[in-house]
Amino acid sequence: MSEAPLLSVRGLGKTFRRRGRGFLAPAVEVRAVEGVSFDIAKGETLGLVGESGCGKTTTGRMVVRLLEPSTGSILFDGVEISALAGKALRALRRDLQIVFQDPMSSLNPRMTAGELITEPLVVHGVGDRVARDKRLRQLLGLVGLLPHHAARFPHEFSGGQRQRIGIARALALSPRFLVLDEAVSALDVSIQAQILNLLEDLRSELSLTYLFISHDLGVIRHICDRVAVMYLGEIVEIATRSALFATPRHPYTQALLASIPEVGEGKRRFQPVTGDVPSASNPPPGCRFNTRCPHVFERCRAERPPLVEVAPGHAAACHLLTPSATTSTGSLQA
Amino acid sequence: MDAASAGDKTPLLDIAGLSVAFAGMTVVDRVTLTLDDGEVLGIVGESGSGKSVTAQATMGLLPDVARVTADRLNLMGEPLLGAGEKRLQRLRGAAMSMIFQEPMTALNPVLTIGRQIGETLLRHGAVTAGQARARSADLLSRVGIPSPREKLDEYPHQLSGGMRQRVMIAMAIACHPRLLFADEPTTALDVTIQAQILELLRELQQEYRMGIVLISHDLGVVSSFADRVAVMYAGRIVEDAPAASLFARPAHPYTRGLLASRPSASHDTPRLQAIPGTVPPPFDLPSGCRFRTRCALAQPACAQLDPPRLQVGPTHGAACLTPLAEAAA
Ligand SMILES: Nc1ncnc2c1ncn2[C@@H]1O[C@H](COP(=O)(O)OP(=O)(O)OP(=O)(O)O)[C@@H](O)[C@H]1O
Ligand SMILES: Nc1ncnc2c1ncn2[C@@H]1O[C@H](COP(=O)(O)OP(=O)(O)OP(=O)(O)O)[C@@H](O)[C@H]1O
Ligand SMILES: [Mg+2]
Ligand SMILES: [Mg+2]
Repeated sequence: MSEAPLLSVRGLGKTFRRRGRGFLAPAVEVRAVEGVSFDIAKGETLGLVGESGCGKTTTGRMVVRLLEPSTGSILFDGVEISALAGKALRALRRDLQIVFQDPMSSLNPRMTAGELITEPLVVHGVGDRVARDKRLRQLLGLVGLLPHHAARFPHEFSGGQRQRIGIARALALSPRFLVLDEAVSALDVSIQAQILNLLEDLRSELSLTYLFISHDLGVIRHICDRVAVMYLGEIVEIATRSALFATPRHPYTQALLASIPEVGEGKRRFQPVTGDVPSASNPPPGCRFNTRCPHVFERCRAERPPLVEVAPGHAAACHLLTPSATTSTGSLQA
Repeated sequence: MDAASAGDKTPLLDIAGLSVAFAGMTVVDRVTLTLDDGEVLGIVGESGSGKSVTAQATMGLLPDVARVTADRLNLMGEPLLGAGEKRLQRLRGAAMSMIFQEPMTALNPVLTIGRQIGETLLRHGAVTAGQARARSADLLSRVGIPSPREKLDEYPHQLSGGMRQRVMIAMAIACHPRLLFADEPTTALDVTIQAQILELLRELQQEYRMGIVLISHDLGVVSSFADRVAVMYAGRIVEDAPAASLFARPAHPYTRGLLASRPSASHDTPRLQAIPGTVPPPFDLPSGCRFRTRCALAQPACAQLDPPRLQVGPTHGAACLTPLAEAAA
């Protein structure tokens, strides 16, 4: 990457402390995210994919500073933002915004769409009433809503329309960077396509940069330039979209891709990886995928594999891919 | 899916002209479906299209306020409409059963897993009280639950989502039903766990020669699992065909629209062709074809006429006045 990335995350981690089950039980530590590093160039979309509980939302919320990181650094446009507070943090919020999965639960049901969309402007003291009204009409148009929609309440909209409101609200302060956290996951496929198209249009019209969080690999493949795959709090593989889908190198990425039922493949059998995702409060030692990995060997149970570059711009964390993997039991080529 | 074409063999499930209304609003409208022994029928459609209500009507699980009418609603030749609640209760579990998207709604949170499976078995006289525990453990083991004996004493909330779904499947197949409704059985699950559950259902289906009605909004899931597929839109079946034929040669503009709006994980998709607008609610349905307000190919006649099912292939039908030509090829 020749130009400095817009966002650069290094060694990001978050540990939650949760009360243990039962009276007097000791507190449980949940390492929701550990050692996560990635860059996102201006105008680029990085996908964050992985199964439930792997730490996608936690990562996204840390990046927009809705959640305090336990470790690591976040550089936004060259500025360290992981420790910003007060006024500087407020100023930063104008640049970084987040759109959530379920617009219904993130939108105040007693506010009209117009109030919801302009609320960030009011909070940040941007413009007067007239200027805000003008901006509201602009934003409604931008996300494909009509002027008369401004007077309606969230429950009077369909799911897709509510997501448009959520996007308009996130765009109100003209941010440069958006985290989209499962922003299309709750929508029916025909509506999901409308919102994906809208997000693509906005990206080019407003030169936005996205961190796109989803568990849906089809959606990820469609909208992202590069993709990071997470498993139990860690990035296990990161690559360009084409490399990740054509030559996945981590056994977990391979398992994910092999598990997706596709239209047109006809009736088929799956050879699913066995077992459940282990709990984040009790991850296995060594490689976190070792309890389910078809290629597991001794070293995987003892040692954490580092993320190593396997091709330019393509990195994966697997002992089979590290040079000294002499005890390997199988080939990783799909 | 023409019922008459089933020949002399009685189909496992034979539904003709099934309609369901709530407070005067028709949410399932003259649905016709048949299913043979050991066959898998997929029902796809967007939220609110009537997939679950169709299944619940067959199972006799709709609340009393639902008005259910049908020309035929037969399970192995036996009419279900008008059968008493007692008879339906016997049939549920023994002859037909159902699994849902969220096992937590079907499992009792305050009873152990063992107790719940045991009660299902006892209710249908499948075992004596003394055998219930052993048989329950067998079932848990059959659905791939590790250390089944220990799991018998656990409560639903102690299990992962995938394990809960396995428990619900164990309960559903406990009495070897001929017909299983699987209503979005993997929608709440991660994709690697979904693959495990689909694989399990496939094994059980072949082992027991069950007929399965798989309800899903995921075209990929249906394509990989079903023999035949029915596409629902706003309470109606708009297209039905063998799965291979439906996905290779979709004839209804809605089916085509669904396929074109779906991003694929196995190949790059150019800009998605989103279907404009939204599904009309049951209290605001357009005249004639219900899809016409979103259909790029709509003509004036589409507002006048309720499109009948047109045959576009030997076992492929579409409810469209001008089903897309290539489909017939
Ligand atoms: N506030 C919290 N307190 C304690 N644990 C938490 C908290 N938030 C998240 N976790 C835990 O951290 C882990 C990561 O959660 P996170 O929500 O980031 O996952 P995710 O990848 O977004 O999952 P999903 O796909 O289900 O949204 C999980 O084990 C979760 O239970
Ligand atoms: N008990 C009920 N009372 C009133 N209306 C109902 C009831 N159950 C379902 N409906 C309505 O019937 C229509 C069809 O619902 P159904 O649950 O069959 O949809 P579905 O296709 O299964 O959708 P989803 O994909 O969201 O599960 C919807 O408009 C729904 O609101
Ligand atoms: Mg999340
Ligand atoms: Mg349903």
